[in-house]
Amino acid sequence: MSRVPAARVAPVPSAARPRRRRGFTRTYLTPKQAIPRRARVILAVGSFVFVVGVWTLLAALVQNPLSALFVPSPYQVVLTWWDMMVNLAFYNDVGWSTFRILAGFLLAAVVAVPLGLLMGSFEAVRSFFNPPINAIRYMPASAFIPLLILLQGLGEDEKITIIWIGVFFQLVLMVMDIAHRVPDEMLNVAYTLGASRWTVFYKVFLPATFPEVVDALRITMGWAWTYLIVAELVAAEHGIGSFILIAERYLRADRIIAAIITIGILGLITDTLFAVIHRLAFPYVQKVRA
Amino acid sequence: MSEIQIADVAMRFRTRRGEVRALERISLTVPDGQFACIVGPSGCGKSTLLMIAAGLVTPTEGEVLLNGKVTLEPGADRGMVFQSYSLFPWLSVRRNIEFGPEIKKAPPPDRRKTSSELIRLMRLDGFADAYPSALSGGMKQRAAIARALANDPEVLLMDEPFGALDAQTRQIMQELLTDIWQRYRKTVLFVTHDIEEAIFLGDVIYVMTSRPGRIRTTLKVDIPRPRTFDTLTGPRFTELRNQVVGIIHEESLKAVESELVRA
Repeated sequence: MSRVPAARVAPVPSAARPRRRRGFTRTYLTPKQAIPRRARVILAVGSFVFVVGVWTLLAALVQNPLSALFVPSPYQVVLTWWDMMVNLAFYNDVGWSTFRILAGFLLAAVVAVPLGLLMGSFEAVRSFFNPPINAIRYMPASAFIPLLILLQGLGEDEKITIIWIGVFFQLVLMVMDIAHRVPDEMLNVAYTLGASRWTVFYKVFLPATFPEVVDALRITMGWAWTYLIVAELVAAEHGIGSFILIAERYLRADRIIAAIITIGILGLITDTLFAVIHRLAFPYVQKVRA
Repeated sequence: MSEIQIADVAMRFRTRRGEVRALERISLTVPDGQFACIVGPSGCGKSTLLMIAAGLVTPTEGEVLLNGKVTLEPGADRGMVFQSYSLFPWLSVRRNIEFGPEIKKAPPPDRRKTSSELIRLMRLDGFADAYPSALSGGMKQRAAIARALANDPEVLLMDEPFGALDAQTRQIMQELLTDIWQRYRKTVLFVTHDIEEAIFLGDVIYVMTSRPGRIRTTLKVDIPRPRTFDTLTGPRFTELRNQVVGIIHEESLKAVESELVRA
């Protein structure tokens, strides 16, 4: 074995060494380049401040008293939100909406995830279910509302069915894709390690899909909110959507905005919950920092 | 005694353009403890042949015999290592290695003993509890080989296991594999397109032709073992390499020509 001695690198005199540039362009305008942590925090806080600032400015600029009614300032909205909670029992509406979301979403997920996994792994199941599901997916869930009101009336089951329709048909196809993408080699290697078909299914195939299934649940949960609010706007006695509708009749833009922001916060909470579940359940998945 | 025999295996695929003959009447026997390599131009069907040997693909004709018995399904007796590592990302290195023994319901202390030994042999010390995503390519493949060996298969089937590694790592891996093979004396069927790799590792080399895949030449590698890094610079190594390069080059040309004719 011949070893070539490593060439000695002559140290460059420090005066001649070109200085590493840390200019603005290099740090911030290089595609996909990480930026300093402090800059990230400043930008994140800055965006929030910017939005609130522009909003405040707009509210201040509107002089016409009638228009001013429709453009409340952020501060006013915060006061309104507090008033809604204390005097209008808005938390009740939040509770109703959350219940409907959870019921519709869980009922959809309980069917969609197993069916999607079966469709992704067995061509026979896929060939049978794929055509109708694919067709229904393009029918907007909100278009079913009048029909469901005729069939089910105005009760809870109608709202829950809307959410179910909106979530199920999307979720089942997403899960099918996830299952379909499990690499053949991963299953093949399990067979050559002595696993039976059933063992391969529950010890390799299922765990291989789990992280992405949780991601799919997280995404469809966001959509569930949209369908719920639409259902509640059309006809409901309580819930955030019906609250918004009543606020509109009283020309209370501040209440509408406060309600919408509440939905945003609820969405953020569920999203964070899913992210935490993901991190705890699948520590091996290396994720790009969100 | 662990002998694998491929008897008159042929493989044809039906496509819209008609029938494609991927493999034609291939017969070979890897006797107990032999390290056999299959080399050939890309697309010659060597990976398909290995999948057939593993029982993962059913050939159109012919059969695969293990110790004289026809095999119809994949099983723990023929361990496989793929180019893409295909470790289970949700299991630690140790649990990956223990996957086979766990399925066999081996008692936990035995499993642990096996995995500990392989972790040491494969130089994965300190990574037993790491997830595959934390490993380099070379380490992933060492873990995959350890996983196959933990099952103590009769035959080890390897499909271009080092194909995705850089040249330096590949050389290290080849040396490690010869060491391991000397230790366990497994019957190995190893597919590669890297001629030097085949000569360095193999007792015998089957050179395959391009489509339809056939065995064109069988070469005995008479370079004594243990083979080391110096083997690569020896005169016999160069001689064998030139011989195989010549054959493969001819075959690759034929493949290109037949593609041109079709186009």
